[in-house]
Amino acid sequence: MGQIMDEVIEDETAFVLRLYSGERKNLVPILQDVCDRLGYLPRAAMERIAEHLAINRGEVYSAATFYNQFRLSPPGRHTVKVCMGTACHIKGGQLILEAWERELDVDVGGVTRDGQFGLERVACVGCCAMAPIVVCDDVVHGRTRPTTVKGIITNLNEREHDIRGDSGQGD
Amino acid sequence: MIFEEIRDRAIREWEGLRNSGRPLILIGTATCGRAAGAMEVLERIERELGERGIDADVVQVGCMGHCYAEPLIAIAKPGYPPILYGYVTQGTASQLIENFILGDDPCLEFALGALEENELIPTIFDMPRFRYERRILLERCGFIDPQNIDHYIANGGYSALVKALEMTSDEVIEGVRRSGLRGRGGAGFPTGEKFGICREAEGEPKYLICNGDEGDPGAFMDRAILESDPQSVIEGMTIAAYAVGALHGYIYVRAEYPLAVERVRFALRQAEGLGLLGQDILGSGFSFGIELVRGSGAFVCGEETALIASIEGGRGVPHPRPPFPATSGLWGKPTLINNVKTLSIIPHIISKGADWYSSIGTEKSKGTAVFALAGKVINTGLAEVPMGTTLRDIIYGVGGGIPGGKRFKAVQIGGPSGGFLPESMPDIPVDFDSLTEAGVMMGSGGMVILDEDNCMVEAARYLLDFTQRESCGKCTMCRLGTKQMLNILEDITNGEGRLEDLGLLMELAQDVRDGSLCGLGRTAPNPVLTSLSYFRDEYEAHIIEKRCPALVCEKLISYYILPERCERSCDACVGSCSVEAIYAGKGGVKVIDQEKCVKCGICLDSCPPQYSAIVKLSPLSLVPPEEKKPEKSEEGDG
Repeated sequence: MGQIMDEVIEDETAFVLRLYSGERKNLVPILQDVCDRLGYLPRAAMERIAEHLAINRGEVYSAATFYNQFRLSPPGRHTVKVCMGTACHIKGGQLILEAWERELDVDVGGVTRDGQFGLERVACVGCCAMAPIVVCDDVVHGRTRPTTVKGIITNLNEREHDIRGDSGQGD
Repeated sequence: MIFEEIRDRAIREWEGLRNSGRPLILIGTATCGRAAGAMEVLERIERELGERGIDADVVQVGCMGHCYAEPLIAIAKPGYPPILYGYVTQGTASQLIENFILGDDPCLEFALGALEENELIPTIFDMPRFRYERRILLERCGFIDPQNIDHYIANGGYSALVKALEMTSDEVIEGVRRSGLRGRGGAGFPTGEKFGICREAEGEPKYLICNGDEGDPGAFMDRAILESDPQSVIEGMTIAAYAVGALHGYIYVRAEYPLAVERVRFALRQAEGLGLLGQDILGSGFSFGIELVRGSGAFVCGEETALIASIEGGRGVPHPRPPFPATSGLWGKPTLINNVKTLSIIPHIISKGADWYSSIGTEKSKGTAVFALAGKVINTGLAEVPMGTTLRDIIYGVGGGIPGGKRFKAVQIGGPSGGFLPESMPDIPVDFDSLTEAGVMMGSGGMVILDEDNCMVEAARYLLDFTQRESCGKCTMCRLGTKQMLNILEDITNGEGRLEDLGLLMELAQDVRDGSLCGLGRTAPNPVLTSLSYFRDEYEAHIIEKRCPALVCEKLISYYILPERCERSCDACVGSCSVEAIYAGKGGVKVIDQEKCVKCGICLDSCPPQYSAIVKLSPLSLVPPEEKKPEKSEEGDG
């Protein structure tokens, strides 16, 4: 997705805020929706949210940094999440993560220099019976090996065009 | 609409599907099915049926618990018993359409078993695991369309709500109390008592929360229930709300479960559409609404006070208890908060009675327990057994034992708050109290099985790393104590540990336990304490001999090619190595450059099994000196 233009941030945030009243309890759902639409939480969006809820910007930032699902920098065009749950771990999840780091030449948490791939760890996607798990753009891959990394990347490139269609749904 | 009409219509629809005269194909598309490729299989089936103009019904169902055999499809063709097929690929799906749907060969070579008694083939219930299993909560999972409320109603759904609405709330609470049901979130608090406290508590309005923030890695039964039978949770919530007098409910589902979120959202709309939820439910005068709340990926939010703080809109940080949520919870009002499984069992208790429920299980732990089996076990997936079933029966009877002829070493139970049970305790009955006595916790019921190839120190390090990352930071001991413990464990797994560290570890564990407010911190040391008490020798091997007995800890192992086993003309390992660390040495024997090796293990996978020339060695000093780079000779350099 890469860097997003200021107007887009403004428009998308305004769109989400129209759906919610100014009650404090809406903070997290608003952050979720904005993050779903933009891929991350830009500073400008968080400032608009703070105004909408009439709370301190620090409170918005505090919630945004508390939860693992929110990110504060633009994601990669594709997101690769390597599951680090217990079952995945004991079946070699760490080796899988390292294989991704080597293949993409990026540390976990980062985005490749060309902006194509973001590599993340996820606590557990509850698919333990199929461990080790890798989730790429919302497609769950089970029983992965360090050797399947290249295949998944090829697959992703092939699916390139219909990715928008099946990404997670908004509220 | 009165309930009889709703039910009759649902039964007509359900029977219509079953007796349509057309073949019926059920395909499991819960998350584990999808991970195994169920969506591709579904696409292939629909395409072939369309292209060939075959008149058949395809229904997406949830998870049957046989995750090891995913993708699963069941085919009911008139004239045959319904048959369940496992490990289905696009190719097998085509074959089944060609040979069974169009032809008359049921392709029994792919069948796991029939789903009903018949003359032709054994049923899946004849599998050895069903000698131990007793399915109540999972009964409907995988057999009904979770997106079709009629399927739920036709199979007994919502009749418990009708019955409960004819009872007084006190009668409902008394029934739950007498059933002996204890909360399935992990702590095992008597549910009926909690209902009673919340009912009596002063303050209006009252709230009800279903805790679907199944954060324990290794546990996935709540996901399976939410994805496969969401209406059972909604019905249970509605009955509980009626009992305690709550008007508004929340169902909190974790963000990592997008499919569960989608299915619950859909299920809520369907229930509202039929008047089973909302204003004046079924004309009883009782009103109750449920709002779906998506979590945002914070493990601590599984803790009830943190979850409440999260719904209120902010950081999910726990609060001291008392006051307990039942008297002062969401926005300071009495709030009943229960786990998914606790709530979805309520309709069964109301329908079949408290005595029926309390006849299952042990003296103090009633009913069944749902376990998620994962890790080094053959039949990964879900199992529902009566409380008190032994660990051996669960792992060997239901789980089918350890794959590859390996030795069972331990089971990690109850997630990061639980601990390890060693192979020496296979006959421990699995119930709330026996587990607590053994130093672990029932938790939400995740069981991850470890075999001889898993390092206990590294596993304890992993779990502590998890809790340490997920600590919300409120309590000093949890925030900093776990960090110090983690540092010590990292030292040990890196071969830099000292024997006196073990004493320090125990001391810190006690402090973290005493100095933390919520369950996350109070139980964080459990994996360390249980692994230390049952596997102390492994810790000592790491510290004294710099050796990892299970050959896992990267800093303590080397990959090595046995020259006598290496097939010199084979280049599999050379080609597979991601860092070009393998070269042909003297006489073409492959050698690993230990300096370059990143220990990814790919070469071990790639070496053809007839040679099996690549091994792991620990301690590092076992690697013969001539294999090391001549220019660098110091010991212990990985």
